[in-house]
Amino acid sequence: MMPDLGKYTDTVLTAYAASILLLALLVALSLWRGRRMRIEMEQLEARTRRNG
Amino acid sequence: MSQIEKNSSLWSYANPRKFLATTERVMPFLWGAALVCLVVGLVWGFFFTPDDYRQGSTVKIIYLHVPSALMAINAWMMMLVASLIWLVRRHHVSALAARAAGPVGAVMTLIALVTGAIWGQPMWGTWWAWDPRLTSFLILFLFYLGYMALWAAIDDPDTAADLTAVLCLVGSVFAVLSRYAVNFWNQGLHQGASLSMDAKENVDDVFYLPLLVCIAGFVLLFIALVFYRTGTEIRARRIRALLARERAGA
Repeated sequence: MMPDLGKYTDTVLTAYAASILLLALLVALSLWRGRRMRIEMEQLEARTRRNG
Repeated sequence: MSQIEKNSSLWSYANPRKFLATTERVMPFLWGAALVCLVVGLVWGFFFTPDDYRQGSTVKIIYLHVPSALMAINAWMMMLVASLIWLVRRHHVSALAARAAGPVGAVMTLIALVTGAIWGQPMWGTWWAWDPRLTSFLILFLFYLGYMALWAAIDDPDTAADLTAVLCLVGSVFAVLSRYAVNFWNQGLHQGASLSMDAKENVDDVFYLPLLVCIAGFVLLFIALVFYRTGTEIRARRIRALLARERAGA
């Protein structure tokens, strides 16, 4: 299934691995921070409602 | 302007609640479409396209390098438009959207630089050259870092939005330069545009079609990330306001 990349196998695979890793990190960090902010805001809003 | 016209106008999305409600409805479709385009485009390009007669299998790097370079420049252009809207109309959502796009554009620029260096080594015999396009991309990356640092360094969000908007205006010169550097100087190692309205300059169809799918994937991923991250910035701003109100009431 893997195509024959000849003498450039390392070059092509390194480019793909580096790019996919950077994109995955960006998405994961964005989702992690988004989730944290959502939870924190909900907790604060609930506390504000309770305290009037 | 009537209430109906106000609600249907683009400016109504300057309301954070309306922005959050609308983007949350479209987010699943955006994430899904981005993932499908990226997987289809990359699998098509990597597994089902031939080697180039000059560049061998390294031509497969085009499916990452060209879309990321394109988005590196266009992300800055989007930040420029959002910054201008902030400066002229003082809509907080537009300033937060510009802030949200910064790290996305920085990662796109980094991918373009890294894949370019990896591709350049076997083709040019060097990882790096002070070529007009490479240098202007490096400067654009430094502008992205500076833009993010400036947002983080200033406590008052309105002052931060003002100063980063000015930085964005200055940086847009380098974003344009990155795009047209090859044409301006007509020298250096980097080739001309891989995609052009002029069909003679385009890469062959066998590479072009999967490349278009990859570009669509990168564009959709950028939009999804900017929408999601803008929502996060809106919530962070709300948290800040609630905490300030608590402190004032204590």
